[in-house]
Amino acid sequence: MTNPLPNKGSKAPAPGVIPGGDGEAQLVAAAQRGELAAFDELVRRYERRIFRLARNITQNREDAEDVMQEAFLKAYEHLGDFEGNSRFYTWLVRIAVNQGLMKLRKRRPNVLSLDEELETEDDVMPREVQDWGPSPEQRYQHSELAGILDEAIHSLEPGFRVVFQLRDIEELSTEDTARVLGLSTPAVKSRLLRARLKLRNKLNRLFRGSPPK
Amino acid sequence: MKCQTVILELSNYLDAELDAATRAEIERHLTACEDCRIVVDTTRKTIEIFCGAEPLPLSEDVRDRLHSALAQRLRRRPS
Repeated sequence: MTNPLPNKGSKAPAPGVIPGGDGEAQLVAAAQRGELAAFDELVRRYERRIFRLARNITQNREDAEDVMQEAFLKAYEHLGDFEGNSRFYTWLVRIAVNQGLMKLRKRRPNVLSLDEELETEDDVMPREVQDWGPSPEQRYQHSELAGILDEAIHSLEPGFRVVFQLRDIEELSTEDTARVLGLSTPAVKSRLLRARLKLRNKLNRLFRGSPPK
Repeated sequence: MKCQTVILELSNYLDAELDAATRAEIERHLTACEDCRIVVDTTRKTIEIFCGAEPLPLSEDVRDRLHSALAQRLRRRPS
């Protein structure tokens, strides 16, 4: 029998980064006391993830750089407001998403319409069904796989891409994702399902059947 | 339960957000329906691959620009 995903809280973090772990609370406390070195360590810890998030929202490297810088600056300015009720990283993600959405709306007001109706009933059912075998991702080199995933996620419409990014990559709850994006909870759930199925379909073209020789 | 219902409940199933009765019904369907079982497995794998993918390192110039911008602007902040 197939098993569901582990609970969000127990899901393995991306390699190399342990949001919430490894003395994060102490670093945040030190940064709140004004120790710039502690804040710098937090920046180094999360800069790659925040840049990926910003790029997935803005789809533009230059905008993503601006968003990343503004997000870290804003986080520093508002460190006093962070009360530790959530992980620091989750709080930082919320700031980065807000900065990213502001940047998009300012520069290209028609690009990201998060409240538009995206889904139709007939885009739900997967058309091609083939097993992938164990560990299909291991058929590709790290950089090659990164390129495949990057292309797949960027091919999604913004309303799907951002929801998938926040729920499945940044591991925000459905409620947090809805709050940050100004969507209803059912809209987040609906877009997440469709985003997951669309990405499955895209990876299916590469992973189905036997590994390439 | 129809295949379409399983697909519509796929996210709730993977996120363990279903009541016990619906979950049991889906699992009965998955035992009998290979296509749905493959869709569930490959969708779960899709999420795991994206979630586990390490972000690419920032290029040196992007990192330099970030750290100099932060250093410059944070130093300017009144204490």
